[in-house]
Amino acid sequence: MSINGKAYIAGAFEHPVRNAVDKSLAQLHAECAKGALEDAGLTKDDVDGYFCAGDAPGLGPLALADYMGLKLRHVDSTETGGSSYLVHVAHAAEAIALGKCSVALITLAGRPKAEGMATGTAPRDYGASPDVAFELPYAPVITNMYGMCAMRHMHEFGTTSEQLAWIKVAASHHAQHNPNAVLKNVVTVEDVVNSPIIADPLHRLDCCVISDGGGALVVVSPEIAKSLKRPLVKVKGAGEAPKHQMGGRVDLTYSGAAFSGPAAFEEAGVKPSDIKYASIYDSFTITVLMQIEDLGFCAKGEGGNFVSDGNLISGVGKLPFNTDGGGLCNNHPANRGGMTKVIEAVRQLRGEAHPAVQVENCDLALAHGTGGSLGTRHGSATLILERE
Amino acid sequence: MTEQKIFPAPSVDPETKEFWAATNENKLLVRYCNSCESYHHYPRTICPHCGSDDTSYKQASGTGTIYSYSVMRRAKEPYAIAYVTLDGMGISMMTNIIDCDFDALEIGQSVKLKFSPTTSDDVRLPTFTPA
Repeated sequence: MSINGKAYIAGAFEHPVRNAVDKSLAQLHAECAKGALEDAGLTKDDVDGYFCAGDAPGLGPLALADYMGLKLRHVDSTETGGSSYLVHVAHAAEAIALGKCSVALITLAGRPKAEGMATGTAPRDYGASPDVAFELPYAPVITNMYGMCAMRHMHEFGTTSEQLAWIKVAASHHAQHNPNAVLKNVVTVEDVVNSPIIADPLHRLDCCVISDGGGALVVVSPEIAKSLKRPLVKVKGAGEAPKHQMGGRVDLTYSGAAFSGPAAFEEAGVKPSDIKYASIYDSFTITVLMQIEDLGFCAKGEGGNFVSDGNLISGVGKLPFNTDGGGLCNNHPANRGGMTKVIEAVRQLRGEAHPAVQVENCDLALAHGTGGSLGTRHGSATLILERE
Repeated sequence: MTEQKIFPAPSVDPETKEFWAATNENKLLVRYCNSCESYHHYPRTICPHCGSDDTSYKQASGTGTIYSYSVMRRAKEPYAIAYVTLDGMGISMMTNIIDCDFDALEIGQSVKLKFSPTTSDDVRLPTFTPA
């Protein structure tokens, strides 16, 4: 049994706001839901399945179903950090395949900027999680945890800061065409490596932006997809794989993408070289590099060479990535970048990306997300989507 | 050398009480599984490697090597977070490297245990310093 062909992404919406001081969290969720449903040509009364994650207020789907007035027969609040929304697409496809719902709505929203959250410089307290006592006193911050991954990658494979910088350079080339992007200026390798170090070896420009906003997706059954006026974007394969410290046998050189990627490719019946466009989670430059290796676009340790010289720039390189500017330049709503990864993949498959970055004949795309921290424990989810 | 840093006290729960009590005697305990004969960290009652509940504590020698580290430059007082691989135990633990020249740290460098005070009189924190 497989989800290949069992569900389609019919609606996608990225909220244009980047600083949401004047909006509530529930309001952002609802505005994203409305945008995605209108994109699909559906209304809230068509929704019978709802998916959200830890960014949702209160008791998640209960609070938001109440707020939005949804009448549901299927809910799922799977929480795997920023990768949650890719997992939700896969779980929605599974639920649709089993007849548990036929129009699944997925929403994400957050306002870390409006709330003044020190995302990149202060440790986050995960409360009663059993790891907290053994980590929080040492002040793990998202930047120094990914910093440790980059330090180890450099040590084992000779990866350089200049190679990592190419990832930001490529994202900036794309973001210049996105009027909503937080960072719209094209940067050079020199700009990146000359920006201040936040946590060794990551510079300010190795980091993603901090932004408010959100996004939503509508996943539907084949019958409903074919009744709508939108291009058909089929869910072809999916994989999910949490990875952690393995009881202390820590290995920071690879991510859960090493498992979720092959699972998704197998289900889809395609291989990395078939992919025309890839949305790759980009909380930091090192995140992209490790996942490109783990997903099989190049061999482990060769990511530095692979990403160099514009190889990720649409129209220039072999693997156009994050053509909206990604989390590195465009948007990282709620500090969770998985949703926007799927949205830009949908735009590419529909031919609705900005003309300057639209990949020609883009009929097969990959979207990949991580959530949590590559330095400790993280969710990992891969989707393969096809335009029919 | 700057004055000694006082770390935030960890939250102690029933499962890890023994581990933290030992820190006040400057002992680093590592959980050992008598069934699969391997160590794990942080300590659990049930071995995360094999699932056995036949686990107990053993004292670490207190020496190790830096698996990876990152100096947080953008902090009021920069600090070095690290994973240190404990000699002879096959596991790495998150820690801070203290009393060191941040610019001279290296992956693979030998380090030794040096407990640091916390905001609790009952608990000390295992940190490391260059050997």
